[in-house]
Amino acid sequence: MESLSNKKKQLEIKPLNFWERAYLPAIAKGLSITMSHFFKKPVTIKYPEEKREFSENFRGMHSLKRDEQGRERCTACGLCALSCPAEAITMTAAERQKGEEHLYREEKYAAVYEINMLRCIFCGLCEEACPKEAIYLDGDIVPSDYLRKDFIYGKDKLVEAPLNQ
Amino acid sequence: MELIDLLIKIALIIVIFVISLVVAMYSTYAERKIAAFFQDRVGPNRAGPWGILQPLADGGKMFLKEEIIPTNATSFLFIVGPSLAILTACIGSAVIPWGQNLEIGGRVIPLQVTDINVGILYIFGVVSLGVYGIMIGGWASNNKYSLLGAIRAASQNISYEISMGLSIIALLMVTGTLSLGEIAKQQHGFWADGYFSWNVFKQPLGFLLFIVCAFAETNRSPFDLPECETELVGGYHTEYSSMKLGFYLFAEYINMFISSAVMATLYFGGYNFPFMDLIHSPNLVAILGVVALFIKIFMFIFFFMWVRWTIPRFRYDQLMDLGWKTLIPLAIANIVLTGIFMTFFK
Repeated sequence: MESLSNKKKQLEIKPLNFWERAYLPAIAKGLSITMSHFFKKPVTIKYPEEKREFSENFRGMHSLKRDEQGRERCTACGLCALSCPAEAITMTAAERQKGEEHLYREEKYAAVYEINMLRCIFCGLCEEACPKEAIYLDGDIVPSDYLRKDFIYGKDKLVEAPLNQ
Repeated sequence: MELIDLLIKIALIIVIFVISLVVAMYSTYAERKIAAFFQDRVGPNRAGPWGILQPLADGGKMFLKEEIIPTNATSFLFIVGPSLAILTACIGSAVIPWGQNLEIGGRVIPLQVTDINVGILYIFGVVSLGVYGIMIGGWASNNKYSLLGAIRAASQNISYEISMGLSIIALLMVTGTLSLGEIAKQQHGFWADGYFSWNVFKQPLGFLLFIVCAFAETNRSPFDLPECETELVGGYHTEYSSMKLGFYLFAEYINMFISSAVMATLYFGGYNFPFMDLIHSPNLVAILGVVALFIKIFMFIFFFMWVRWTIPRFRYDQLMDLGWKTLIPLAIANIVLTGIFMTFFK
């Protein structure tokens, strides 16, 4: 029957000739192939010391941003927590007191902001949901750890380092 | 025998024992490193510079692991298995001539533990004892995978011992002696009487058969069917853990070292090296000879590893086909050819 795709190929099974049955020329060929790899440069990237270059839109660890004056942008609106499909984000809001204007941009801020890195799927929806441009997934790969509780990152790990005064 | 001679012998035995253990230890490291290079990787590199402390870390791990003897195993034989494997691996080195005699202070020190006149037969005896370690261990485990691995090992070793013995017979026809010391002495230098003096040039087919059989006898890939992890979990050492497993793995590497030494001695001139007659100090020749022998051994070990990371494993029926239908007829043909050659051209 004519095949529809026209990709059918009839294969012939030929008996092996003497040298193929002797197996030794094939071994020599195989050995020369492996030997040619012996002197090649290894392709290994020694991970913690060396890092592969990330792509432009790589989504890594989250960071909570500050504005030009070094104030935290987050206003604890909760949209990121709402948008999170993995429910990894929790926060507690607090009101800004007098004299804290240099710390927080809006009148309300996140007193506690926690992301469970074991739940996070790095989809980037929090980043898209944020109306204040306060959260970005522009960090590195989240490092490994021994205990589950150590994967719940608080503000100490998430908030960007303050501007140099 | 004088006391001093006895002490020298004991010292030599200890040195050879330590050397074979160290070589086996670092063969595990070399294997992993060489495998890595063949596969464009870097291999172990965390323990010490370039990972050279890796074997120590592995050994330490083996010692500290929990010792498990399965409830249904025959516990005495379960312990005897690996002990026998490592014992037979270690005693093979007794008849190998490591170098020419050293002369220190008028005293002749032979660099061979004992030069018995049936050295090759001794090696054969030890090699065929080696299969008992695997057989006993696999049987005592009371596990079907272990048993299958052990049966495979036994039938494989028996099959390949025959063609190994037959390939050796042709060599014995050339050398006329069974003593390894004498065989090494006959291959003096590199060129003698208008022909190469090394046996590999006199017995090329015999060497090929011998090296194939050596791969099978040491259970190395492509003949590693006894431990065949894709089919038999771990083969005969499936149930083993901690240092008993370590002994089995270690025995394999010591076997590899000893069989490399035997091959180097029988076919590649042993401690002889080209232009050795140009050096006049006999002690220097002896020491350089030891170095030459070790270079040859390491080349063989490298070849073992090179083949392991190149050639896929045989199927069991193919293994038996190769052993019985190819190697044995070839070995017999080799004997006949050698006989004809010696009758008409000598």
